[in-house]
Amino acid sequence: MSDIQYLPGKEPHPCEYRMIFKNIDRAGWDPSIDCYLNDGGYEQLKKAIKMEPQAITNEVKASGLRGRGGAGFPTGVKWGFIPPNNTKPVYLICNCDESEPGTFKDRYIVHQDPHQLLEGMIISCFAVGAHTAYIYMREEFPEAATIMEKAIEEARAKNLVGNDVLGSGFDLEIYIHRGAGAYICGEETGLIESLEGKRPYPRIKPPYFPAALGLYMAPTIVNNVESLCHVKHIIEMGGGGYAQLGVARNTGTRILCVSGDVQKPGYYEVEVGKITMGELLNDVCGGPKEGRTFKACIPGGSSAKILRCDESFTIGQGDAEQSLSFFDIPMDFDTIAACGSMAGSGGVIVIDDSRKISWILNNLNSFYAHESCGQCTPCREGSMWMKKISDRIVGGHATPDDIQTLEDVAYQIDGRTVCAFGEASSWPVEAIISKFRDELTAETSEDNDDLSEEAKIQLQFISQ
Amino acid sequence: MSDTDTQQLPKDIAAAKGLVNVQIDGHWIQVPRGTRMIEACKLAEKEVPHYCYHPKLSSPGNCRMCLVQMGMPPRPAPGQDPVYDADGYQAIGWMPRPVIACSNTVGENMGIRTQGELVQKCREGVMEFLLINHPLDCPICDQAGECRLQEFSVEHGKGESRFKEDKVKKPKNVKIGPRIRLDDERCIMCSRCIRFMDEVADEPVLGFTERGTHTTVGVFPGRELTNNYGLNTVDLCPVGALTSNDFRFQMRTWFLKETDSIDTNCGTGANTTIWTRGNKIFRVTPRQNDDVNSCWMPDSHRLNYVCPTDDDRLTAPLIKVDNVHEETCWENALEAAADALKQFTPGEIAIIASGRQTNEELFMMRALAAELGIESLAIVAREEASDDMLISADRNPNTTGAKLILQDSEVAATLATFREGVYSGDIKAVFVASEDLLSEAGFSADDLEALELLISIHTSANATAQASDIVLPGAGSAEKRGSMVNVAGRLQKLNAACLPPADARSDWEIIRDLVLALSGESAEQAPQTIDALFQIIATSIPEFDGKSLASLGDLGETITETGVTIPLLERENQRKARGEIVG
Repeated sequence: MSDIQYLPGKEPHPCEYRMIFKNIDRAGWDPSIDCYLNDGGYEQLKKAIKMEPQAITNEVKASGLRGRGGAGFPTGVKWGFIPPNNTKPVYLICNCDESEPGTFKDRYIVHQDPHQLLEGMIISCFAVGAHTAYIYMREEFPEAATIMEKAIEEARAKNLVGNDVLGSGFDLEIYIHRGAGAYICGEETGLIESLEGKRPYPRIKPPYFPAALGLYMAPTIVNNVESLCHVKHIIEMGGGGYAQLGVARNTGTRILCVSGDVQKPGYYEVEVGKITMGELLNDVCGGPKEGRTFKACIPGGSSAKILRCDESFTIGQGDAEQSLSFFDIPMDFDTIAACGSMAGSGGVIVIDDSRKISWILNNLNSFYAHESCGQCTPCREGSMWMKKISDRIVGGHATPDDIQTLEDVAYQIDGRTVCAFGEASSWPVEAIISKFRDELTAETSEDNDDLSEEAKIQLQFISQ
Repeated sequence: MSDTDTQQLPKDIAAAKGLVNVQIDGHWIQVPRGTRMIEACKLAEKEVPHYCYHPKLSSPGNCRMCLVQMGMPPRPAPGQDPVYDADGYQAIGWMPRPVIACSNTVGENMGIRTQGELVQKCREGVMEFLLINHPLDCPICDQAGECRLQEFSVEHGKGESRFKEDKVKKPKNVKIGPRIRLDDERCIMCSRCIRFMDEVADEPVLGFTERGTHTTVGVFPGRELTNNYGLNTVDLCPVGALTSNDFRFQMRTWFLKETDSIDTNCGTGANTTIWTRGNKIFRVTPRQNDDVNSCWMPDSHRLNYVCPTDDDRLTAPLIKVDNVHEETCWENALEAAADALKQFTPGEIAIIASGRQTNEELFMMRALAAELGIESLAIVAREEASDDMLISADRNPNTTGAKLILQDSEVAATLATFREGVYSGDIKAVFVASEDLLSEAGFSADDLEALELLISIHTSANATAQASDIVLPGAGSAEKRGSMVNVAGRLQKLNAACLPPADARSDWEIIRDLVLALSGESAEQAPQTIDALFQIIATSIPEFDGKSLASLGDLGETITETGVTIPLLERENQRKARGEIVG
């Protein structure tokens, strides 16, 4: 890759392993199909289309690829959930609703390298037997929708989509669907409802697992943009070859989106688990801002549990037990999970000592209160209640009891909702309170006037 | 299982019957495979509180009130056999996360806990969430007394509020249709009304707008909830968000007495509950009968009832003297009627019965005809288009019963003969019950004018009563016991929810006493109670053989096959077969 030149100031850090982001910020690169073909584009599709679909799935399984959207579920295993005796059409949906705060990777792919996504999608559709695929494009990416539309037409002109792809007899149509401007549209069953033209209310699982009862009640595979791009590289390298990247059970590369209080925020594609939190924040991102120290970090998008930078973690059991400081955490799925958070969507949000933790808490609560879809009770009512309490903490109207109530409310949401939004909104609160209880309590006072005028009046009537 | 080693395991015994073993709060029961957990709990007589779940609607699982703890036997490691305890069950591994009981189905050796700390905490949490933004305006809310929010607060709530904030404000007293008002602040977003309008009424005019805690139910822009099944959403609403204009602010529900009866507006005979206080009907609501009306009834029928307190009710027997009606006593009225009828030959008298009469009344009409020597009776046909839901094409509630009781399958055809007879002057006297001859029966005012004698039984004043020489005040359908047979051949009961006003009486007794007045027999010869009358019917009409009014259940029994089906039920059964609803 030494011959690839990047735009001035956009050069990758030496620690990076540019695979998915190879063409992002590349000098002389444009999103046209000619540019992509000149760079060896669609060669993997030509290879894949001659393979047995099951063989592609097997390679993806062998690669150990885990979904890059947030949950980190093995992609090949997901594909295998399509019922074997299925007689309905199979759909593939590319989830490009990238809306997890702190995450900004998929947008670069769809803006700058649309054909990489298309190639990955076409191979994936061929593998799962989907003849119709949708790209669910975040409403806030209008230009990307135009770029992807153009890319699809270019690919059609080259017989890469449409009827009889590359003479293989495989038919495939890919459609762009503009999203509905809501966080919940990124939840896969909410996304499916939205694609069906309804409110994006997530479906209950069971019974509505998308691989069996998805779009129009037919088997549907929903994959993240980055995950689908990886499929192309798995074909190129072979499942086994791809699995050499990264570490065991955490293979390949992933794009980390670092934002917040570091010298050089941005996107960095690294081998999974080959870099530690300390290397990422201090070396790659240039350390804290002048005169500041790192206070906390949200490692995987806003719904991941916050980690303190002065924390240490005991992970593993028995002989494998080891102690890790925050900066020693390798950036993989399993270790971050073992430390009580999640690698999620790769959005690393860094917070330094200039920030009050109550601000962070209130910012996150405001987001989730605004984005709760309102379908199920705990999330609908709980997320706004949490925001109202943290509003009072920030505004200096909270009492120490409020911290306890806030924590209780979070645990009343967690694990009791239709979709993972319940966890997404409650985990940050649970973690922030458990790790910064003293700082939060210090912002409260027993003497504070905590009741709203309305609550005072109401209490006159409902108190004993 | 020392001495039972050779016996089958419970799972095999159950499987042979298509059942599975489920442990509910420590007790094992067998339920059909595929049963929803909430229904299995019901079979075990364990209530699982819920808001959004309704067996006739799809299950979105959104209220989260039915969360229970679930457990399954741990999956044995490869090469390891499952271990069974002394009773033949596997140990249950309980899941730390609760599951919703409404949409999950049971499996073999599943455990369900509807009690315990986890479940209790879940319910407490959901109740607290539902109440924080609720206006708590029970003192002025019509739903109070039959409100699930109140009930579950008492049973499962915390009993105190930790909410110190301003509540969310939403639209109040919204007119969403001609018969229904919506209070969005009371709404708990269970979506039952939305799903009913979409899935059952097939007119999806309701939906959610806004999101999160601001989510608001409402009608789509430019639409109104005018559907004739709209009031069912008021019944479905577990809280006071949807209220009926008709019942709104009329009476606290705990003052009302409930009487099971049936709707008499058409041949379907939807099962109803009549809600009364004193001698006044306050509302009529559908009562579940999966062979007749499911859980629903049309608005036009539930709002159309005769109440003893109505202004136009007839309250005393009337005799026309010098062209003016004068009140009289029953003895005089019946004697006068008998004397007048005796002045005519059988060929000069027409008896017009009604498909709105009960079997018992019709049977007495037949006895009256026999006493007068008349061969055939007529009833007035009421055929209109069916609504393809619950309203039958036959708008008479008891045409099937009339055909059985009068033993004449062409009862409606006789009416034309009578009309011609009146027109030609051959028929000089008419006895009519429960029919206004000037409406559907097709008689003209001149026809009635030409009659020498007109005797009628009515509940309310009308043109026929006005023209009658003798008017006998009868009882409304909510004021009498009796039975009818619906279009599908189902024998069903009416029960008296209130008393007839003043001197009005049950129609069967009026006719019985008229027959006695004609025959001169002593009163002891005739049936003294409606049960005794039904016994006579049971011995003389084959379809009623072996039945009795007392033993006829609240859901009725099929006594004859008519081949008529109820469209709404057909669709419901299809949805049930597809697994969309529990049914």
